[in-house]
Amino acid sequence: MTITEDNPTAESSQAEVGRARRRKEDQRLITGRTRWTDNVTLPGMLHIAMVRSPFAHARVTAINTNEAKAARNVVAVLTGADLKDVQGANANAWPISADQVTPTHLPMVVDHVACAGEIVACVVARSAAEARDAAELVDVDYEELPAVLDMKEALKDEVLAHPDLGTNKSAFWQLDSKEGGTGDDVDAAIEAARTDGVVIEREYRQQRLIPAFMEPRSVVVDPTGEQITMWSATQIPHILRFLLAATTGVSESKIRVIAPDVGGGFGGKLQTTPEEFIAFAAARQLGKPVKYTETRSESLLSGHHGRDQWQKLTLSATKDGTVTGLKVELLADLGAYVALVGGGVPVLGAWMFNSIYKFPAYRFNVQTILTNKTWVDAYRGAGRPEATFGIERMMDELAAELGLDPLELREKNWIKHEEFPFTTVAGMTYDSGNYEAATARARELFDYEGLRAEQQRRRASNDPVQLGIGVSTFTEMCGLAPSRVLGSLSYGAGGWEHANIRMLPTGKVEVVTGTSPHGQGHETAWSQIVADRLGVPFEDVEVLHGDTQISHKGLDTYGSRSLVVGGEALVLAADKVIEKAKVVAAHLLEASADDLEFTGGRFGVKGTDQGLGIAEIALASFAAHNLPDGVEPGLDSDATYDPVSFSFPHGTHLCAMEVDTETGATKMRSYVCVDDIGVVVNPLIAEGQVHGGLVQGIAQALWEGAEYDENGTLVTGSFVDYTLPTAADTISFVTDRTESPSTTNTLGTKGVGEAGTIASTPAVVNAIVDALRPMGVHDVPMPCTPERVWRAIQSGGSTRQVESSGDAQPHFDPAAPNQDTPETEGGAQ
Amino acid sequence: MIPASFDYVAPTTVADALAALAEHGDDAKVLAGGQSLLPILRMRLNAPSVVVDLGRIPELQGVSEEGDAIVIGAMTPYAAVLASELVSTHAGLLSKAVATVADPQIRHRGTVGGALVHADPAGDVGAPVLALGAELVIAGAGGQTRTVAADDFFEDLFTTAVGEGELLTQIRIPKHTGWGSHYEKFVRVSHQWSIVAVAAAVRVDGGSIAEARVGLTNMGATPLRARAVEEALVGRAATDEAVRAAVAQVAEGTNPPSDLNGGAEYRRHLATVLTRRAVLAAAGA
Repeated sequence: MTITEDNPTAESSQAEVGRARRRKEDQRLITGRTRWTDNVTLPGMLHIAMVRSPFAHARVTAINTNEAKAARNVVAVLTGADLKDVQGANANAWPISADQVTPTHLPMVVDHVACAGEIVACVVARSAAEARDAAELVDVDYEELPAVLDMKEALKDEVLAHPDLGTNKSAFWQLDSKEGGTGDDVDAAIEAARTDGVVIEREYRQQRLIPAFMEPRSVVVDPTGEQITMWSATQIPHILRFLLAATTGVSESKIRVIAPDVGGGFGGKLQTTPEEFIAFAAARQLGKPVKYTETRSESLLSGHHGRDQWQKLTLSATKDGTVTGLKVELLADLGAYVALVGGGVPVLGAWMFNSIYKFPAYRFNVQTILTNKTWVDAYRGAGRPEATFGIERMMDELAAELGLDPLELREKNWIKHEEFPFTTVAGMTYDSGNYEAATARARELFDYEGLRAEQQRRRASNDPVQLGIGVSTFTEMCGLAPSRVLGSLSYGAGGWEHANIRMLPTGKVEVVTGTSPHGQGHETAWSQIVADRLGVPFEDVEVLHGDTQISHKGLDTYGSRSLVVGGEALVLAADKVIEKAKVVAAHLLEASADDLEFTGGRFGVKGTDQGLGIAEIALASFAAHNLPDGVEPGLDSDATYDPVSFSFPHGTHLCAMEVDTETGATKMRSYVCVDDIGVVVNPLIAEGQVHGGLVQGIAQALWEGAEYDENGTLVTGSFVDYTLPTAADTISFVTDRTESPSTTNTLGTKGVGEAGTIASTPAVVNAIVDALRPMGVHDVPMPCTPERVWRAIQSGGSTRQVESSGDAQPHFDPAAPNQDTPETEGGAQ
Repeated sequence: MIPASFDYVAPTTVADALAALAEHGDDAKVLAGGQSLLPILRMRLNAPSVVVDLGRIPELQGVSEEGDAIVIGAMTPYAAVLASELVSTHAGLLSKAVATVADPQIRHRGTVGGALVHADPAGDVGAPVLALGAELVIAGAGGQTRTVAADDFFEDLFTTAVGEGELLTQIRIPKHTGWGSHYEKFVRVSHQWSIVAVAAAVRVDGGSIAEARVGLTNMGATPLRARAVEEALVGRAATDEAVRAAVAQVAEGTNPPSDLNGGAEYRRHLATVLTRRAVLAAAGA
């Protein structure tokens, strides 16, 4: 799309909503001259270094801290024994079943280590370097226990991740359309299709991913005031404050949490972390401010991971391609603990596997499993990318089986635009959408027919480089969430959002939001919404967030909820300001309120040139010299909005991949997406979200995967082996939008934060598989590395799971001859 | 990512650097561009008591020509090698390999000599230096120098002919003026070490290959020179069919690693494909 530059003078009359403003927060965020947590330095502040278990499963039998305690400038060495009564716990806020098995997750291990990287002690010293040096001196004795690492092995309950729990099975959750009265019996549909239709059965792997946000996590705790203040690189300051209070016994009113500028999260900072709780406990014990900032290695190992599912899918259809049923059976590896919403993430897929289609019968179930690996929780899309991948891969498989064009097959099954609102087989009511329009536009931008013709030519000429076209027509549910729905799912909080608008006497406007941006551009977008609503200049609006003393009420930022829920709270608060101002304006103008109209920030008396601007009214209301009887001074207003429903962005993504059949290398040729994200507040920000989201989804398809060795050591423990893409690895995407405004909020917005990630993964894999179908290939496991693609070609698709060696590259291998045996390497440079 | 503490010396002459190494022996590590050493220190995989920084020694910098050779100071950053017309004209293969190293930031800090002595088998400068028959000049305690042929320089994984107390000072590459060259590097993401790469330089005469030089990256513990392939290419037409036949055995006898990026068998297959492509590209075919 065209990106327009700011030009306020030329376009001063333009509405703010819909304007592609550049983000006002970017200068400070990009240069780093801002308040990242690690930039916070307090008088007398001490530094923490963590001592982590190298073993995946072990019992701590002894810890000798004497040498570390004696090291220079070490103030304290704390172990689980020291902190066990004060450290609180890392809670699970969403038990998905009444009998969920939930191991207690202590921030610092007391005696049982359940995954590599768990913290067994910490050193507090006057400098970060001294803390790190002394951490090497802490001597921990471990009794190694057998570790269970593979989730299918874990299901057998032969080796237990937590021996005292007696099982690795955490919880089972099911949604069935027949039982729920939203559709037919899926087993009957599949049986019928076995005799008189077609049944597609596949098993797909959602590999484990690492969120890999740009700013490593960091926490500073200052216990020296009346309230204990915590700065943290978190997405969820409000939830963190609540859980610190709830699990440590410190009064919530004595805790202030500040998420200052936060450098990315992607769900990876939707967590309360052991590091935060340990820093909180250490600061309280020592009475001094403390800081802990993780290294990148610690971040990859101990920040929560994402995805990690096996998906067993059964799709039944008639021979003309009308789907009659879908059965989804998931295994989800939660890792060592049931993290904050970890068990619930796969459940979020329950309403999404049926996607944009009118399936008559559906069953979804998931078994969550504990293993001795890093805990798994939300990662961009959380549950919906997995579901979208599963169904969009299956729709391509069905199309191939029936010899139909994958877009035609989808059209045969999708909800037509005149059928909205539509209640799906999973019981969710989609308010709006137009799959035909998005698909038509995407086809045109992509030159679908032209690329299909090229594909045929390459096939016919046996070109070593084959071309594949991948389709992904996705929808997602975002804007978490109606509180009543969350309550029915035993989620530990509501889904409302809060806003407060303060009209300052100088005419400036402070907007306080309960959402907690960490790179999304809320400061700009929220200013645009409020500027429009109140008729004040964009530059006069200041957005405050992330500090529980300023933004005392909020439920933070995740799940593409900030705009659709938090934005709506802004609108309600602004409308209350206008209501209050109207009473004062009528009084000052000596007119009836009914004769006033509010446009462009000014109350005018109908039929006259008399009027007052909202800034003048704010000043008059502040001075309070001349207010009507019974009217309180000030126009400040609060609003809390609880959404009535989710919002359902959708889009059609088309991807062309070139596959070098000699090497297995894949190269993206073209990527077109047409998304319907409703009304857009700032097209430039939305575009950025789509681009970033696409790269993250493409990265799951092609590059990223967290791998463990047979001992439970994270092999992809640095960016040498965890292959994140850069801009050099991606192409210029072609993006466009169609617009079906959401009918469930007044702005008509839908979420956009996760759309690109959700849609793109299956588009890429479908394209690779499409290129190779003539060779008998019908799947390549993710990430689709060149070696896996090559092996799939070599085997003609007959062996699905071919694993290469799971070793790290040797560049930084401790056993490499140049590294810890200096006598052998001479002048190694 | 904080290294253990160490003393730091920054001599300004090779003689002083050698003296520092003689004084500290095993306890010293040499810092060139730091693109491997610093991560090693920060991850605490090594904790030398002294780091000897070669970054302030002017005599180790720069590219010059001496008769039939191009002389590259060991501390010349990749970026300077890449920008050197002497190198691109007379040792084009090295320019092409250096252009693929990591990213611009790393190419501005990392040095050719540092990479050669570090001898990571996935590094990109070993194979072209080997293929072009370079000579490596090594200075030792007392100031005497010796010259080692590239063939004898790489001894094992991360191990070279540079001994204790010695420094690599120069890389001398015989001019290959008028040769065609290509570095075919295979990676999954652009900033990665080579999974496999092939360095090829050929002199084409009248449509057929008169001479060929082929080096392999990451097909064993050291960079390898594919002499049998070089010989097989001589006299062949620069065509897909002829080259395909000549390079078919390139992976024979190699012992490539197996890791997340690919198993040994796959790497052997890659080497065959990439060698053909590299030779054809070098020949301008």
